[in-house]
Amino acid sequence: MVDVRGVHYGFGRREIFSGLDLQVRRGRITAFMGPSGTGKTTLLRLITGQAAPHEGTVRVFGEDVPKLPQRELFALRRRMGMLFQNGALLTDLSVFENVAFPLREHARLPESLLRHIVLSKLHAVGLRGAANLMPGELSGGMARRVALARAIVMDPEILIYDEPFVGLDPISMGMIVRLIRQMNEVLGITSIVVSHDVEELGAIAHDSYLLSQGKVVASGTPAELRASHLEVVRQFMEGIADGPVPFHYPAPDYFGQLLDGGSP
Amino acid sequence: MSGAGVAAADGAALAAIRRVGAIGLFFGRILAQCLPALTRPRVVIHQIYNAGARSLIIIMLCGLFVGMVLGLQGHDLLARFGSEDALGVAAALSLLKELGPVVGALLFAGRAGTSLTSEIGLMKATDQLTAMEIMAVDPLRLVVAPRFLGALIALPLLVAIFNIVGLFGAQLVGVQLMGIDSGAFWSQTQAAVELDDVYEGVIKSVVFGAACGLIAVYEGYHAAPTAEGVGLATTRTVVTSSVLTLLLDYVLTAAFL
Repeated sequence: MVDVRGVHYGFGRREIFSGLDLQVRRGRITAFMGPSGTGKTTLLRLITGQAAPHEGTVRVFGEDVPKLPQRELFALRRRMGMLFQNGALLTDLSVFENVAFPLREHARLPESLLRHIVLSKLHAVGLRGAANLMPGELSGGMARRVALARAIVMDPEILIYDEPFVGLDPISMGMIVRLIRQMNEVLGITSIVVSHDVEELGAIAHDSYLLSQGKVVASGTPAELRASHLEVVRQFMEGIADGPVPFHYPAPDYFGQLLDGGSP
Repeated sequence: MSGAGVAAADGAALAAIRRVGAIGLFFGRILAQCLPALTRPRVVIHQIYNAGARSLIIIMLCGLFVGMVLGLQGHDLLARFGSEDALGVAAALSLLKELGPVVGALLFAGRAGTSLTSEIGLMKATDQLTAMEIMAVDPLRLVVAPRFLGALIALPLLVAIFNIVGLFGAQLVGVQLMGIDSGAFWSQTQAAVELDDVYEGVIKSVVFGAACGLIAVYEGYHAAPTAEGVGLATTRTVVTSSVLTLLLDYVLTAAFL
């Protein structure tokens, strides 16, 4: 469903990806894991057509995403849903109107049917009772669940979750994990989850990719990754502070810099 | 000038030209979205309310004071030639042709322009614009074009109110305070002010509305998605809109003469 091949991408002189290859299969939950700053969110931007690779191809539903004109790109995006890290709810609309937003934009539905659909999606995330609240009145976990209801309101074929567990309390995190699994099992939605939360991903992901230094360094089921002897995989899965991914940002010699007395 | 100085000046000039080009291209993209945006009149009306009604108090207050100052200065000047009765004409023409559109636009840039920039900038910083794009909705059509149209329509209306209140302020000082005959004040104004003078002010206010609206939405849409980025964009809106208003005022005045 998603096919990324030989992708090179970077900002200025900084290279983010140098020959990235990965595939997402239909009906599966696929996890993209990796240390912070490794380009996981950038990868989502490439998949959703917000950025174009400098080299290589990104295909979604068989379409070459970077080459699509805006009209066709928008048609492709209607088949996708995305849950943003901070929810990205439209702050001047109520919870109900946020969830109704894609329907009002893309489907000319009678108000009664629209109301029925929106309330059913809000019910699915447990927030039917919050329909009239404004985004500013929601907790972080609630905002993310509303965003999830909005992401599924158009019945997408692919659902993309960008760091869905960040900053959530254990109860909210448990709810999001359960919802991701339900969306996949009940609705058959192909899911891409970007996170570095090894435990939570291990419980729900069918396939995993570990990204580091611009490439996929390991892939397989979460269990296979956990059993890997590769040093970089072990460092990430076991949370070891220093290793192939260094603790220190590249810097000159410590004592030399202290004695130098110049600028920091 | 040293080599480094020349290179820096070249760089600044190139950056300025690039920025003018980028604003021009953005203007074209907005214009292409204006018709689709007008198919949702409620959204545009909401933006006219946001940009216009919320600037009303400051526009009326400043209009009153500008008119009163015109009354004082105009009376002082005209009294030297014994033609105090022409105060109404002087105040009306000053307001209609220059002060109304220019001061109105400067106030508008400071009040509504900054508000538009920070609103769009914060929407960008909180991923709301990206979320729209992912939902296959063009933010230029839904967010930017209605706000631009709101500014374009609101400013001429605000300028009209500014002019009316300003003329009232001039009358207040001239007639009530300085003792000019009320009949002379109004009849001379009515006789001397022509429809072309009104057109000049209207055209200026429409052009300034487009310029201030364009700068405000451009800066908001291109703001760096951080607190500092939105703050800088807001400052740039006031500075660029003010300079552009005065520059366009000169060009339009020269064209009308």
